[in-house]
Amino acid sequence: MGLADYGFYVLCAATVVLLATQAVIHPIQFAQVSIFGLTQGSIYALVALGYTMVYGIIELINFAHGDVFTLGAYIGATILGFFAISEGATTAINLIALLLVFPVVMLIMGGINVAIERVAYRPLRNAPRLAPLITAIGMSFFLEGIMFLWRGPATVHFPDILPQSSTTVAGIFFGIKDAFVVVTAAILVALLAVFINRTKLGKAMRATAQDRDAAQLMGIDINRTIAATFFIGALLAGAGGMIWGLYYNTVYYQLGFRSGLIAFTAAVFGGIGNIPGAAVGGLIIGLIAAYSDSYIGSKWTQVVVFGILIGVLVFRPTGLLGMRVPEK
Amino acid sequence: MIRALYARLRLRERIRDRDAAVFGILLIVALVFPIVDIYIRGGTSDVSQATRAGYFVLLAIGLNVVVGFAGLLDLGYAAFFAIGAYTYALLASPQLASSPAHHAVHISFWILIFASMFVAAAFGAILGFPTLRLRGDYLAIVTLGFGEIVPQLFYNFDQWTGGINAVGLIDQPHLAFWLQGPWSGDGPLQIVRNFNFNGDPIAFYVLICILIAVAVVLVSNLYRSRLGRAWMAIREDEVAAAAMGINTVTTKLLAFGIGASFSGFAGAYYAADQSLVSPDNFLFIVSITVLVMVVLGGMGSITGVIIGALVLYFVVFYLIPGLPENAVNLANSVGLGSLTKKSGDWPGLAEEIGRLNFIIYGLILVAMMLLRPQGILPSRVREQELKHAAVQEEETVVEQA
Repeated sequence: MGLADYGFYVLCAATVVLLATQAVIHPIQFAQVSIFGLTQGSIYALVALGYTMVYGIIELINFAHGDVFTLGAYIGATILGFFAISEGATTAINLIALLLVFPVVMLIMGGINVAIERVAYRPLRNAPRLAPLITAIGMSFFLEGIMFLWRGPATVHFPDILPQSSTTVAGIFFGIKDAFVVVTAAILVALLAVFINRTKLGKAMRATAQDRDAAQLMGIDINRTIAATFFIGALLAGAGGMIWGLYYNTVYYQLGFRSGLIAFTAAVFGGIGNIPGAAVGGLIIGLIAAYSDSYIGSKWTQVVVFGILIGVLVFRPTGLLGMRVPEK
Repeated sequence: MIRALYARLRLRERIRDRDAAVFGILLIVALVFPIVDIYIRGGTSDVSQATRAGYFVLLAIGLNVVVGFAGLLDLGYAAFFAIGAYTYALLASPQLASSPAHHAVHISFWILIFASMFVAAAFGAILGFPTLRLRGDYLAIVTLGFGEIVPQLFYNFDQWTGGINAVGLIDQPHLAFWLQGPWSGDGPLQIVRNFNFNGDPIAFYVLICILIAVAVVLVSNLYRSRLGRAWMAIREDEVAAAAMGINTVTTKLLAFGIGASFSGFAGAYYAADQSLVSPDNFLFIVSITVLVMVVLGGMGSITGVIIGALVLYFVVFYLIPGLPENAVNLANSVGLGSLTKKSGDWPGLAEEIGRLNFIIYGLILVAMMLLRPQGILPSRVREQELKHAAVQEEETVVEQA
């Protein structure tokens, strides 16, 4: 164990002690902040999974991913507008619309992301490494431009169709919305884990991430596997966009940039390329951002999050979970 | 065999010729441009525009050392630009009078431009030292984080930096007294026309051209030096380079620090030219734009990145912002003037074209990379390497078949 490890543990311990003090002094506020952090973190986790899967398989920092997430929210808002939904109420139509639109948006985003991969990344598979990075940035601008052209620069309203009810247990406020976010994200992550570990395509994805050439020699269709990775990443991003919209009821075209960077930080936090790591990293980043918002001040949150990113990479380059990082 | 040797010699000759030709053309354009432009357009707005393109050229040359020569991906290059700019802005403006220090500082531009360079290089070294021993991509991520933190810090420490209100009234450079003489005033021996930077775009234009020339000489000498060869060795194969006795950490740190120092240098110049520095000028988009300039021009090739910077600057800051006006003029001249009016959902032609900016920029990036992933003027060495790699790949495929 080197000096860097001690530094890392000291930092972690200091943070935990500071938070514990807060938890003892103002337990209710602390619990409330934690709930908000977990909700926020679940969304980051969904987006982070897409980053980490793509990075794991083709070592590309997919800058367009955050915009795929935002586009999901835009498309979701538009499709929901076709239904006779009643905002702020709990009706059967709301529930049906939600159940119909949610998977449809996920599939649309999957299709769009596969198209992006086909146009912008696949032709550059053997090009210099920076070329796909630049096209990813180009696609990010392109998607932002599409949203800007479509709905203009102002924020876009997302229909508020989730039930508003809530309960208060021991002074702590639990909303249905928070529960919806956390539960949906948890289900999706569990489905992803099953898919990756139990199906043939999941196995092909793991094999391709580990060694593309060897996987090809074993008869795996690399292009199909990579396209599948983009598809699944975008399914999760589309779900994340829907959840974001349902929770906050407002989106804007540049949302994907900042939340994409934070989700990417979460992916690095869990060890980039590491799928369970990204989920855990998302939750942790969500919690850290929430604590920083309420205990340090929201203008410092960005500094805190990216400072932690640098700290983790310096002290713990393999990520917080420190396992299964593809080394190439 | 003699033929092959001859062919090789011819190739060598051509390499030298192409770069020399490009430098020659650039030099002539740089000299002729302000004269012709002022003569034809009768104003200096295009010269100021060219000056602004100039600091992107400086930034691209600096980033090329990091990304092109040493193969380290830096996604937060604007942070060093910001550090250089703020170093100059704080030490050469009335800003510090309203800060807790209570005393304005006014140090000469010619000292501060080097100070900014060293401050930026120092930050580069501080950031690089713990991270450069990590895997290549982690450096990209750390620099990305750093690039996000630095502008935010300048926002947050508003007592010192004015935060969102920016630092204004920054001093302009003054020529040293030994450069002023009978030849620079209004006297009969006047050679240098009252060359005093007070809002004179020509003076800034001349200065940036000199700075770029100095940077080009420095960087091309570095490229041919022992250090330059070490960078290329690391770029191609770090393990092999280490086995050949290259201290990879020091070498990478030098690339990172030298790249950062160029950025700091450009930053100080930027602050003096704009006379206003705000954290908004150093966001991620700036880092990305400079990176795109380097990749677009051809990584590792000095002429390439200069051309790349000029082309992209022209497209992003001149062509795309000018589109709405041109479209309106076109519509009026072909009798579709009604399109320019706002009606219902249609926001008017100018506004609509303005909204297309992002899409156009994005599509240009994608198309450029798909058509020419190696860049406009790639370095011949890299081109050969890429070709070699492609040939090898083909050979393996043939063997497999």
